[in-house]
Amino acid sequence: MSRAQIFASPYEAVRVVKDGDTVLVGGFGFAGMPFDLIDALIRHGAGDLTIVSNNAGNGDVGLAALLKAGQVRKVLCSFPRQVDSYVFDDLYRRGEIELEVVPQGNLAERMRAAGAGIGAFYCPTGVGTPLAEGKETRTIDGRDYVLEYPIKGDVALISAHTADTTGNLVYRKTARNFGPVMATAATTTVVQVSSIVDAGQIDPEVVVTPSIYVDRVVQVEPRHYTVRGAR
Amino acid sequence: MPLNPDQLAARVARDIEPGSFVNLGIGQPTKVADHLPAEIGVVLHTENGMLGMGPAAVGDEVDPELTNAGKVPVTELPGAAYFHHADSFAMMRGGHLDVCVLGAFQVSASGDLANWDTGAPGSIPAVGGAMDLAIGAKRVYVMMTLFARNGSPKLVPACTYPLTGVGCVSRVYTDHAVFEIAPDGVRVLESFGTSVEELRARLEVPLAVDVR
Repeated sequence: MSRAQIFASPYEAVRVVKDGDTVLVGGFGFAGMPFDLIDALIRHGAGDLTIVSNNAGNGDVGLAALLKAGQVRKVLCSFPRQVDSYVFDDLYRRGEIELEVVPQGNLAERMRAAGAGIGAFYCPTGVGTPLAEGKETRTIDGRDYVLEYPIKGDVALISAHTADTTGNLVYRKTARNFGPVMATAATTTVVQVSSIVDAGQIDPEVVVTPSIYVDRVVQVEPRHYTVRGAR
Repeated sequence: MPLNPDQLAARVARDIEPGSFVNLGIGQPTKVADHLPAEIGVVLHTENGMLGMGPAAVGDEVDPELTNAGKVPVTELPGAAYFHHADSFAMMRGGHLDVCVLGAFQVSASGDLANWDTGAPGSIPAVGGAMDLAIGAKRVYVMMTLFARNGSPKLVPACTYPLTGVGCVSRVYTDHAVFEIAPDGVRVLESFGTSVEELRARLEVPLAVDVR
């Protein structure tokens, strides 16, 4: 993997996405959602996408806007149904989008496995539930586990707080969420950040995502939303 | 008198040991935090990547990049730590959390939990972190009303809704009584204005009595 490149615009940065790609999209609700990269992807127009993200969009912005644009064939997520997930709800009820519900910890660990070169792993989550139906199980030291496979992305679109010019990343508060795991699990990782600093300006002891996982960085004006009707 | 939701939250909080690491599920369980005095040093975990979560943020404290699992803006306490999602769920699965408190549609007499999907036509299933929490925390406490709106019991011989976890619930805190799910069956630990005879009459689950 070559060194990270800094892009002048989100549009240039997301042009790597192709029709039919699996795209890992960071964020938990709105915290950590890469709004500018998603808007650029809408403008870019790649379609037939499989999206992997914790939720299936909130309100009319970010991931919800991408769904509304008709570019998504399937969503893998842990928690689609929320008070303001009306864009997804409508598409799902009309049969215009596929849904695969994955327990949140499995979603994270399956991407971690992809990034770490793990072929599959036995996990206790979901044993005896509908989400484990048809999956291989094994009893290890008296406890039951389900075999889970990695989730690999063609592209990851994530948001971080600061990058240095080599692509090292630090995040801010709970906006970190899936970013570090998704960065490892995609062929091409595209990151939007609030600021880019010179190499050496981030203390190496506090780097969260080392630059080896980062391919494209673009600086944007931070935009923030809070989920309406959050509970 | 049956407990109101706030009293029930206070009752759950009383059973949380000082110094515990605790995850409170979204919805009603979040209220338990209001009854955990700072001096007992309970550390709250939120699965979106934080230990040391403080109360809900108000006014200028609101930071869109600092929310709880229900996406509500919250605050951080001194000693807080942030981490990514794979680490957050490793804390659950790895058995590092002492207690989680979850809501439920149904709990079975053997501690099976159903709290993610009613399976109703047109419903959109959403599991979030419930399955990981259910099998991960050392003690899983359920907090719920004992009866559904139509009067049917939610503590049942076997769950009819899709399961979240098998044999994972330790205790069930309800508005009418507190139940321990023990290897030999369900015990009533405490009841609130409802006699054990009344509970036996309304539930199809055999009840032993261990009122403390």
